[in-house]
Amino acid sequence: MSIEVRAVSKRYGDRVVLDVDELTIEPGGVTALIGPNGAGKSTLLSVAARLLEPDTGTVRIAGLDVRSAPSAEIARTVSVLRQDNRVAVRLTVRELVEFGRFPHSGGKLSLADRDVVETSIEAFDLGDRQHQRLDELSGGERQRAFIAAVLAQSTDYVLLDEPLNNLDLQQADRTTRQIRRLADDFDKTVVIVLHDVNIAAHHADRLVALRDGRVALDGPPDEVITTDGLRVLYDLPLPVTVIDGRPVALHFLRHGRNGAES
Amino acid sequence: MAATSGTPTGSPAPGSDPVLIDVEQPPGPASERSPNTVLLAVGLAYLVAVAVFMTYDIQGSLSFALELRAKKLLAMTLVGTGLATAAVLFHTMTGNRILTPVLIGLDSLYILIQSVSVAFFGALTFVSFDERIRFAVAVAIMVAFVLVLDAIFLRRAVTDLPLLVLGGIVLGGMFTSLAALVIRLIDPNEFLILEDLLFASFTLVNEELLVISGVVIAVGLALVARVRRTLDVIALGRPTAISLGADYDRVNRRLIVLIAVLVAVPTALVGPVTFLGLLASNATYELTRSFRHHVTVPISSLAAATLLIAAQFVLEELLDFATRPSIIVGFVGGIVFIVLVLREVR
Repeated sequence: MSIEVRAVSKRYGDRVVLDVDELTIEPGGVTALIGPNGAGKSTLLSVAARLLEPDTGTVRIAGLDVRSAPSAEIARTVSVLRQDNRVAVRLTVRELVEFGRFPHSGGKLSLADRDVVETSIEAFDLGDRQHQRLDELSGGERQRAFIAAVLAQSTDYVLLDEPLNNLDLQQADRTTRQIRRLADDFDKTVVIVLHDVNIAAHHADRLVALRDGRVALDGPPDEVITTDGLRVLYDLPLPVTVIDGRPVALHFLRHGRNGAES
Repeated sequence: MAATSGTPTGSPAPGSDPVLIDVEQPPGPASERSPNTVLLAVGLAYLVAVAVFMTYDIQGSLSFALELRAKKLLAMTLVGTGLATAAVLFHTMTGNRILTPVLIGLDSLYILIQSVSVAFFGALTFVSFDERIRFAVAVAIMVAFVLVLDAIFLRRAVTDLPLLVLGGIVLGGMFTSLAALVIRLIDPNEFLILEDLLFASFTLVNEELLVISGVVIAVGLALVARVRRTLDVIALGRPTAISLGADYDRVNRRLIVLIAVLVAVPTALVGPVTFLGLLASNATYELTRSFRHHVTVPISSLAAATLLIAAQFVLEELLDFATRPSIIVGFVGGIVFIVLVLREVR
C-alpha cells in the first residue's frame, strides 16, 4: 500500500518533461515534490492524478493502476486538489464539500455521507461559511473549502498541486497547516507540489526534488536543502541556514545572481 | 450575476418580452429562489400558454382546430425540449454558458443541406420526396458532421474554447456562403419553396415525424435523467470531475452525440430556431441559480416550449403570420446573447 511510480515518461515533441524510473512513496506523512519550473513536478502529479496520460509507465496507488482501474474506485482511494481550483459553476462551500462524497454516494447523500460532510466542515471551521458561495470567499478561504472537500472524500491519499499559489503569506501559512493536519490528524498520505523550497523544508517529511523530468534528489529536508543540493536544482550558489531544526535557503540574499525561483 | 424577477417565459401575453427585461437588469443582491418554485412558475406558464393557445378565438370546426393546434403544440414542446436540453448539456460539457451548439455550425449546415438538395433535385422534386427520408437524411448528415468534427478537433476544442468558437464561426460561415452560392444558382420560384424549408415553421408538421421526434427526444431525456448526478459533477470541470471519479472524457464523448441528436432532430423537424436553447437555459440559470441537471433540464425545456408557444401565438393572432416564431426568438435571443457576451467581458 503505497504510491509506486514506475518508468513513467511524458514528452512533448522532442522535449522530455518527465522521466521517472522509480519512485515509491510509503503511506503516511507529507511528501513534497520540489524543483524549478518545468522540472516535471506538476506533470508527475497530474499523471498520478490521472489527469494526464503518460507516454510510458504506470502509477499505482494502493495497488490500483491509475490508468486502468475504475475511475470511481480510484476516487475512493486518492483525492486531488489543483492549483487552479475554480469551478465553472456557482457552488456554496457546503455543496462543494458534499461533492467530495460523490465517489461514495454517487450524488445521493446518505445519512452517513451527511455526517462526513458535517465533520469535514467542522474540522476546518467552515460552519459559519458553509452557505457562502465559493466566489465570495477569499483565496485562502476557498482553498480551505477545497481541503474540507478533500477530507470529505475520505481517501487515504491526497495529491495537491501548488495549493499555495496566489495566496498571501498568512493564507499560505494557514493552508499549509491545514494540509499538515490532513496527514497528522487524519492519517492521510499527502503528496504536494510546492515551488517554495523553504515551505517544503518546514512542512514536509520528505522532499523529492525533480530536475529535467528526473528525480535529482530524494530524502529528508536537511539532506535535500543544502547548498550543494540547491546548486543541482537551480544552478545557484545559495547559502542555507537552519531554523527550528529545518534548513532554510536564503535565496533572497544578494550574491552575484539572485532570484532563483519564480 | 443579475438578480432577476418574473419568469422568463412569462405568460404568452402579447408584446411582452420578460426575458429581455430580466437579463438587462443590473446585478443586485442574490435572491434565493427555490428551484421548485421556479419549476412551478414555469410549469404554470407553460400550462397557461397551452390553454390560451388551444382555446383562443376558435372558429369553424372545433375538432379540426383543436387537432391542428395540438399538433403544433406538440411540435413546439418537442423542439423547445430538444434544443434547451442540448444547450444545457453543451454548457455542462464546455463549462461555459454563453456557448450554444449552434456555434459549431449546425444551423448553417441544415441550411446548406436544404439549399443543395433543392438545387440538385429541383424544389418540387425535393419537396415531393418522402418527408421521412428527408428528415432522416438531414438528421444523419448533421449527426455525422458533429461526429467528424468531434474526431478532428472538438475533443481538443472542449478544453480550448477560442478554438471551438473560431472553428464554429469559420464552419458556419463557410456553410452559409456555400448555401448563398447555391441559392444564387437556383430559380427564384424554387427559392420560395426553399425559403419555406429554411425558416422554422410549426404550421405543417408531419404527424409521423412528430412521433419519431417525440420518441427520440424522450429517449434522450431518459438518458440525461439516468446520468444527471454524474452530469452535475462533469459541470465542475475536468480536473475536479476526474478527481471525483467521473469518467469525464468518456461521458463527454457520449454527450456530444446526444447533443448532436437533440439539435438535429428539432432542426430537421421544423427548421433552425437559433438561440432558443441559449435563451431558455440562461433564463433558467438566472432564475434558479442552479446548475443541477434535475433542475435546469426540465425548467429550461418548459421555458423554451413556453417561449415558442408565446412567439407563435403573438405571430398568429397579432401579426397575422407576417413573420416566423424563429425570427422572434432569434431577435430576442440575439440581443440576450450580446448582453451575455458583454457581461462576460466585464
